[in-house]
Amino acid sequence: MTSIESHVKKPYEYGWETDIESEGVPAGLSEDIIRLISAKKGEPDWLTEWRLKAYRHWLTMKEPKWPNVTYGPIDYQAIQYYSAPKQEKKAQSLDEVDPKLLATFEKLGIPLSEQKRLAGVAVDAVFDSVSVATTFKGKLKEAGVIFLPFSEAVREHPDLVRKYLGSVVPPTDNYFAALNSAVFTDGSFAFIPKGVHCPLELSTYFRINASATGQFERTLIVAEEGASVSYLEGCSAPMRDENQLHAAVVELVALDDAQIKYSTVQNWYPGDEEGKGGIYNFVTKRGACRGKNSKISWTQVETGSAITWKYPGCILQGDNSIGEFYSVAMTNNRQQADTGTKMIHIGKNTRSTIVSKGISAGKSQNTYRGLVKIMKGAQNARNYSQCDSMLIGDQCGAHTFPYIDVRNSTAIMEHEASTSKIGEDQIFYCQARGLKAEDAVSMIVNGFCKEVFRELPMEFAVEAQNLLSISLEGSVG
Amino acid sequence: MLDISNLHASVEGTEILHGINLQVGSGEVHAIMGPNGSGKSTLAQVIAGHPAYDVTAGKVLFDGQDVLEMEPEERAQRGIFMAFQYPVEIRGITNAYFLRSAVNAVRKARGEPEYDPIDFLDVLDEKLKAIGWDDSMVNRAVNEGFSGGEKKRNEVLQMAVLEPKLAILDETDSGLDIDALKTVADAVNKLRSPERSIVVVTHYQRLLNYIIPDKVHVLADGRMVRSGGKELALELEEKGYDWLRSRKAVAT
Repeated sequence: MTSIESHVKKPYEYGWETDIESEGVPAGLSEDIIRLISAKKGEPDWLTEWRLKAYRHWLTMKEPKWPNVTYGPIDYQAIQYYSAPKQEKKAQSLDEVDPKLLATFEKLGIPLSEQKRLAGVAVDAVFDSVSVATTFKGKLKEAGVIFLPFSEAVREHPDLVRKYLGSVVPPTDNYFAALNSAVFTDGSFAFIPKGVHCPLELSTYFRINASATGQFERTLIVAEEGASVSYLEGCSAPMRDENQLHAAVVELVALDDAQIKYSTVQNWYPGDEEGKGGIYNFVTKRGACRGKNSKISWTQVETGSAITWKYPGCILQGDNSIGEFYSVAMTNNRQQADTGTKMIHIGKNTRSTIVSKGISAGKSQNTYRGLVKIMKGAQNARNYSQCDSMLIGDQCGAHTFPYIDVRNSTAIMEHEASTSKIGEDQIFYCQARGLKAEDAVSMIVNGFCKEVFRELPMEFAVEAQNLLSISLEGSVG
Repeated sequence: MLDISNLHASVEGTEILHGINLQVGSGEVHAIMGPNGSGKSTLAQVIAGHPAYDVTAGKVLFDGQDVLEMEPEERAQRGIFMAFQYPVEIRGITNAYFLRSAVNAVRKARGEPEYDPIDFLDVLDEKLKAIGWDDSMVNRAVNEGFSGGEKKRNEVLQMAVLEPKLAILDETDSGLDIDALKTVADAVNKLRSPERSIVVVTHYQRLLNYIIPDKVHVLADGRMVRSGGKELALELEEKGYDWLRSRKAVAT
């Protein structure tokens, strides 16, 4: 089986660094640092206080030890919590943005300039702690859609931000959410008003560049009554020997009849073959289906990060609301992933679907952890869960922890699980038809993930497939 | 076309083939028969390049080239095809996609232009017509949830699409009822041509009523113990394999 493994190794494509001067706050975490970050961003007092409250609570909390991952202690005082590319003054238009930054995103496949930008997708590009550009602002404004870097949203729409911030993931929710609430820097804010179908896909691309920093972004998406939006998130980071922390919070709010589709293609630097370096991706993502007939759908393709710890979930509060979670988590070398979802059924006739595909190669460990909770009042709730694991080689692990908590006897629950192994026979079968072993592996893996890929918007489905074959290259042979 | 000489092969240190000789000319159909465990499937797998087998001596020449040095995909690209005794399932990948990927891999290796998905539908349509089958299997995932008979038919469909110069059918008849056997045999017969050699590996004479071979070889305990014309198959049907086993010393 060593032959199969030799096909899942290809260097990380986005590991280069942009040579740009940055300015930040000194490393370490304290109330003063938080006040400094808040001041740099020109925030109102209520937000500074909100941060400090979160920080004080964080100090009373302990890092969670229950995930099925192992890593050394994180020195929270060694991290720089704010780092931004230096610029003389705030760029008012793309022409004023440092060309190095534009070149960075172009190299990542996210061209921002008027001529080259992706048609049909509005992009907010976040570099370390700040947003450097947002495309299609005008077109979105016409439709009444607000899509802004978080800092700008705080300035321009403070009431909206204040109303929804922390309403789905409270600052006290968990250790990393509390940390994020204290130090979050940028991220995206999207507001789709009543009855509006967002005319473009919204997208944020996160790039960590500076070393010894963490990225703590905050994303908040609100879809009012009858509104709908599709949002995509992508990310990458340079290759470094030390680990870097990424602790984001994403909150989604869907009111009556609203729909939010949130897709992630996560490709943070995973560390090298020996497990040196890589991003710790400790993320809290949650959506509230607050209104009746609302729907929130999470799709994630997780191929990067040294450690992934995230459980995008849905609180199905509104009657007839729908929550979906489609996930591909691929780990290779020494990567560890502990990921899954939480579906909390509160309203009547609420439905949730979970499709999780875990692929483990090399010496990696891949865990699915999911909670389906049917509350007492959730009459006629339904859940369908499917957890499939695929092993490549014989030194990796796949684990499944499905938690089911049903408090209403009218609930209908279905759970399916499978574990399979890419074997020499499968690869030989494809080879005997003329395909190369690595193409065979990537075909088998893509077939395995198909139910998830078809949930992704077109452009990103292709990207995700390519990403998987890159991550896998070298694991067969 | 195919020239095997003194082929010895082993799996996990145990020798299965003890010096096989076999020549198959262009356009010929040869049947390899033999009892269970005689090494028939091993021979097929070794020609196709299965990594579990070690070739310890001998040569396998295809069009004058030594194939033993080639990766399995290179053998396929040069026109060797094996219909698997136990076809493998590939979840989530349609037959159409799989076939197109395979055909394009072969075409690319030969320096021919690849088919786009639309063009390939026409190609597929034409191949299906050639063997008189409908397209009911085309959009299903490769062998996923297929019955035993459907899997065997699917192998023959792949053969039709890939147009090999040498097709080895490894017990393609096993597990088929009489109707399915006729359907498969009929398709294989339509694929016979002066440029295509076919090696039919089978336990039973039954298939050879439908696919009439030019030559029949009998393999027992890893050795070719007898070769002859199509009447040899009938003789075997009548007398069983034990008769040959007792003659083995003489034949080798």
